[in-house]
Order: sequence, then C-alpha cells, then structure tokens
Amino acid sequence: MAGEFGNPEVVEEEVDILLIGGGMACCGAGYEVMRWADGTDLKIKLVDKAAMDRSGAVAMGLSAINTYIGTEQDPADYTRMVSNDLMGITRDDLAYDVGRHVDESVHLFEEWGLPIWKTDENGERFDGSKGMTPLKDGGKPVRSGKWQIMINGESYKWIVAEAAKKALGTDNITERVFIVKLVNDKNDPNRVAGAVGFSVREDKVFVYKAKAILLAAGGCVNIFRPRSVGEGQGRAWYPVWNAGSTYAMAAEAGAEMTLMENRFVPTRFKDGYGPVGAWFLLFKSKATNAIGEVYMDRNKDMLDDYPPYGAAAVPASCLRNHLMLKEMKEGRGPIWMDTVTALANLRETLTPREVKHLEAEAWEDFLDMCIGQCGIWVGENIEPEKKNSELMPTEPYLLGSHSGCCGIWVSGPTDVGAPTDEAYSEGIPEHLPKGWNWGYRAMTTVTGLWTAGDGVGASGHKFSSGSHAEGRLAAKAMVKFCLDNKDYKPELDTSVEQLVADIYQPVRNYLEHKDYSTAIDINPNYITPRMLQFRLQKIMDEYVAGVATYYTTNAHMLEVAGEKMDMLKEDAQKMRAKDLHELLRAWENYHRIITAEAHMKHIEFRQESRYPGFYYRMDKNFVDEENWKCFVNSVYDKETQKWTCFKRAHVDLVDKSKLFK
Amino acid sequence: MPTFVRTDKCDGCKGQDKTACMYICPHDLMKLDKDGSETGHAMKAFNQEPDQCWECYSCVKICPQQAIEARHYADIVPLGGSVQPLRGSDSIMWTIKFRNGTLKRFKFPIRTTPEGSIDPYGGKPEADISKIEEPGFFVQCNGYRTGDPSELIKV
Repeated sequence: MAGEFGNPEVVEEEVDILLIGGGMACCGAGYEVMRWADGTDLKIKLVDKAAMDRSGAVAMGLSAINTYIGTEQDPADYTRMVSNDLMGITRDDLAYDVGRHVDESVHLFEEWGLPIWKTDENGERFDGSKGMTPLKDGGKPVRSGKWQIMINGESYKWIVAEAAKKALGTDNITERVFIVKLVNDKNDPNRVAGAVGFSVREDKVFVYKAKAILLAAGGCVNIFRPRSVGEGQGRAWYPVWNAGSTYAMAAEAGAEMTLMENRFVPTRFKDGYGPVGAWFLLFKSKATNAIGEVYMDRNKDMLDDYPPYGAAAVPASCLRNHLMLKEMKEGRGPIWMDTVTALANLRETLTPREVKHLEAEAWEDFLDMCIGQCGIWVGENIEPEKKNSELMPTEPYLLGSHSGCCGIWVSGPTDVGAPTDEAYSEGIPEHLPKGWNWGYRAMTTVTGLWTAGDGVGASGHKFSSGSHAEGRLAAKAMVKFCLDNKDYKPELDTSVEQLVADIYQPVRNYLEHKDYSTAIDINPNYITPRMLQFRLQKIMDEYVAGVATYYTTNAHMLEVAGEKMDMLKEDAQKMRAKDLHELLRAWENYHRIITAEAHMKHIEFRQESRYPGFYYRMDKNFVDEENWKCFVNSVYDKETQKWTCFKRAHVDLVDKSKLFK
Repeated sequence: MPTFVRTDKCDGCKGQDKTACMYICPHDLMKLDKDGSETGHAMKAFNQEPDQCWECYSCVKICPQQAIEARHYADIVPLGGSVQPLRGSDSIMWTIKFRNGTLKRFKFPIRTTPEGSIDPYGGKPEADISKIEEPGFFVQCNGYRTGDPSELIKV
C-alpha cells in the first residue's frame, strides 16, 4: 500500500553488509567491498541521506588533499605528527595503519581523473590538467605543507562517487533515506542486527537487517551557537548537514566512545571560514594582532607551559589558538592574515605570468572548497594583494578526521605492536574488550558494527584521503566477518511496528496537536526542531565552553548544563515534524543532543584542560601528564539514558621524542 | 550566502517530478513548488530553508537553466557582489563581481577524464581472498608505504 503522511509504507530488506553514509569513507568502502565480495553471494547496500555525487564533507570540493605520505616520509613520521597535534593522546596503531595505506587511495583518485598539481624539474608549479607524470609513477606533487598536496578539487567528490557508484551498482544504492537508529540483536544486546530510517522524499520507512554495518555519517556541526545567527548560520566551517548521527547512533547501540571531550576550533578567515592552510604554508603569510605583531612570536613563551607539545617544530593546533586568544582577550584584536605582505614578497621573484597564476591560485583555494569566503571578499571589496583579511576562531566542532579525534573506539591492526591487554582496570565495564584489537579491523566494541572517517576516534588528520582508505580497510574486514558468520541470522530486538512508531513520533506530535493553536509554530504541545536546536546551542555555548565564554567552563557550569540538557532531552520527544523535511531536521537534532551530551560528560570527567585553545576547564586549567595522559572512554545505556565514563591507558607505539630534537 | 532561484529562468526541470537542484542539494533545501501555494510561482524551485544553506553551490552548478545564483548572507555581507560559476565537463569558469564593480574571471580544471568514463575495476586484479587479513587493498597502485620496521618500538 502507498504510504501517507503519518502512516508510512514499511519497506523491509535483509542484506549482509549495510553501508550508512555516502561520503569519502563509504565511497572507499563501496569500492573495496565489491571486489572482495565478488564470487560470494553477499548482498550489499549503501544508504545515503543525500545524493552521493555531492554528499559528505567533500560535497563542495577541496583545494588540497591533506594526507599524502609520499615516498620521502615514513608512516611513523605521520603517526608522530598526529599524536603531537592532538596533545599526545592518540592511537598510534590506527594512525600508522592509515599512514601506510592512504596513498593507495590518492593514486586511484588521480587515475579516475582528479587533477593534482605538479612541479617540474625547475620547481615551477602546474595545475593538474597538464598531463604530467602521475604520482604513482614518481610525479612530484606541489606540497603546501609536509603532508598536504594541492589539487584542482572542484569535482573531487563527484569523481570519487562515480567510482563507488559504478563499483556498487545502482541497484545497491538508496539515496535520500536517512538512517536514524541502529537496532541491536534480540539474542545478543552487544550485537547490531539492523538499522532503520525514512525516506525524505516519500512516506516510507526502511527497516534493514544486516550482519555487518558500516556507520560512517560524518562528524557533528552546530551543537554550539554559531558566531553567525542569521542567514549566516548555515555557513558553518564543517558541513552543516553533519549532525552527529555517527556518534549518537553508535552510542545508543552500546558502542564504546573515545575522547568525546575533544573538539576542533579552527582558526579561519572570519565569517566565511575560508581555509588558511595554503595562505600560511604555500603563500608564506603571517598572522598578526591589530598592530602587526606576529602573535606566534610575541607569545612564544606560552608554548613552554605545555611541554612537550609546544616544543615541536609545529606546535599543536590548539596551542596556536591559545596564543592567538591571548591577543583577543587582552584587546589587541582584530587578528589579521597579512595577505598583502605575503603576496608582495612572492611577486618580487616572479614573472608577470607567474603573478597572474599566483592570483588565480589564491582565488581557486576558496572557489574549490569555500565559495562563501569569496562572497565575503567581493561584498567587502577585498582583493588579497591590496587588503588584509581578518581571522577568527570559530564555534567548536566535533569530528575525528580533521584536527580532532573524538569518535568511536575501534579494533586496530595486529602487526604494529598494539597492546593486547589493558593496564587500567578501574571502572571499565566487563563486557568491553581488552587491548586495541579484537579480531576485525575497524569494528567497534559492538559485534557487527564498523565505522570509518569521522567515526573513528583517537586518530585525527585522516582528512578526505585517509577517510577513503579507512572505509576500504573496514570493507575488507566486513567481508571477512560475513564469511566467518555465514549462518548468523540477524533478529531485531524491537518490533518493526515499534520502530516505525518511534521514527514517526514527531509527525504524530504534529498531527495530533496542530489545530490546538492558530499559529503553527507556537503550540504548548510540541517544539519545532529549529527552536530545539537553538536551545541546545544556547546551553552548549553558555555553559560548555562555546564562544560566549571564550571557550571556558568549569564543574559548576557543567552541572547547570547537565540539568538543562536533561530537560532538553525530555522535550526532544515532543519535537514536531510538519513534513518530511522537518522530520529530517528533528532526527538530526536528536543526534546532535546525544552527541553534545557525550561531549559534556567527557569534559566533566577529564580533570584537566588537555586542549588549551579549544577549551579550558578553568577549575583545572593545566595539562596533567601524570594522571590524565590517557584515553577517556564511555558507554551509553539507552534504557537508563546514562553515560559511564572511564579511563584507558595510553601507549606509544612509535618514539615521540624524535619530534623534539 | 543562500542560493536563490530566478523566476525568469527556472522551468521546474520541465515538469519532472524532481528538479536537478532537489536531486543534488546535500541538505535537502531545494523544493519544487508544484502549485505555487508556497511562493506564488507554480512549477518553480525555491530554497526552503535559506539559513541552513552551506553555500556549497551544488545546486548552482547543476542547474541546466543557470537559474540559480547566490545572494551573500544578508546578516554579514554588504550587497552588490556576486560569484557565479559555469561548470563544464572538464573545467569551471568563475565570474566574480565586486561590490565596487571590479570584475575578475578565472577558469580551473575539474577533471582529466570524461565524465562517466571511470571503469572502477578495469585492468585491476581480482581480490586474493587468502590475503584478506593482511595489510593492503585488493589492488596495489604503488602507494602502499611499508614503514621502517625499526620505528615500531613494540614490535
């Protein structure tokens, strides 16, 4: 029967492998999985809430691939960089594994048609359309930093999605279906048996049963009040459609989370959030305070407060913010990116042809990945060679693939020396695995549930290419798991009827109460997803170290936030959805709340300020290496709705002291 | 910079059920107003939630009528500028107009192969199932970086 609003058609489907998401990680998984599954009878399905051609964090494009190891560096060098940038607490096994695999994906991207900049033997740069030697045959990329290479990346996602779509086949892809809940197994509460969601185009609910599920639906944006609160609130730095779905669904399924206290506060061009990497690294621009002083020089002594992380050649990202915030708080703002001097310096040694090329490069940097920044430049008549631009630290973001490392605790590789036992015992729930690998690469602590990209915690700096590679690693392991579990038959622990009722609760709230008041948005019986989001953002901003308090909080403020969050969570049951579009927003915001709560609980548990410049516990405003150089992990109980936080020991698998010589 | 749809150019993708902009928007913002009840313009698309627009320009680039443009965020940006692309099969042309009238044009490559030409497994080996638990993917593209084993201090 055809569904109608409030009474959707139910579509049930059983597959072996379900891929949730359509971004870089799931595109990588889709490409790899079909080859390993070739000749088996495994049934595979990818479900994306948007269209794969332009979904995920790379939708707009990118101007650089930020992780390319190359032949001149070792995966161990990469592992050290990741560790130091994230203040010493990362999983070396996971970073190392990404480091040794990631270039394989980059070489495929180039083969598929992604233009990658090259330098010739004289050091001159050329864009990626010139047919120069490919990377895999020894072509030299244009390094905009130790790990980054420049690309003409407007169609980056389009190209990667084309390969994934062709590999998977159209019949195995469902777009515009938003998966909102995982379902555990009836016979094993620590196993996943399926997932449910709804179409945002027609009145249909989808119930999938699967043996193995890859949940890779991005990071989390807009849980904090953004600096722009009018039309500009959509101009988040990370994509506004990343709603914490990965973290919330995994936590509700019982997966162990890690480092959910971590966040990323990128310093970017003010308001448009245009990228700064090429400006700092390729164009050699300096950032200054209002009177032209380079704050990284002026305040360099502050780095000594955080040994050893401040002593590396490139100090941790949060510490660079820390030095900048001092200027802002002491009234020496605005902070400027000195584009005028940088470009003038470069012009001194360039021919007119090269100068024209340089100007195009500077614009392309934004046009490929942050067009909104160009909008601000044209509106304010900013030509970077004539007028400097302001920098600003943004609202906080939660993610695991960029300069952040919150996410899910996953099984790592077995051949790099990772611990197989756990040094800490206090407080770790008994059902959780010991050590860093438990059989299937990238599987979470929930049997049958995998993640990749932003989902994998404790290993940042994967970016687009590393997320693709991580999806491929997960895919291999999922095929192995399915072959090992041929006789397993997933059974859902909740009835389909109940699942459908849960998903459509916001629609029922609306239909039951809409005629109570004459104004559709003001009704004591329900709350709009939009207002609920504002409430969440206000709590997080004012109490959990948002921009309103210069990223500061303390135990008392967190306690107040906790009370308000409890009531917000209760009210989330009263969200309304007047159409399918609003049902999408309702569930996105539910995911945001669970993610925000994890963030808050972890900050409360960690009795120090591990990431100065990203957040400060003012009652514990120090880094405590003795007691807190460890992972903070947690599990969520969906029945009691309570979090349990605990410590896991940190172990170095590569020698970090090499960073400081 | 929410996107907006020009009434004089949008043809509702010629009466199809879904428009190109609806198909592509990653945030489900574009909507076809079939009977004109929401905008006063029947069979034309509109941005139903402009303050959730990331300005990714996916809709602008895909529109077959070039009917979609962007008006910079009203709460941040002075009026008068515009940034408009024309995306072809191998390159994209940008026309950039400043508030003060300055004009710039740029053209950048976007891909080196014809659209739709990717043959994902062409010339690639089958997966060797005996190696499924080893590091590495089903295909080697000269990018696997075997590290210096002495760097791994616990092995």
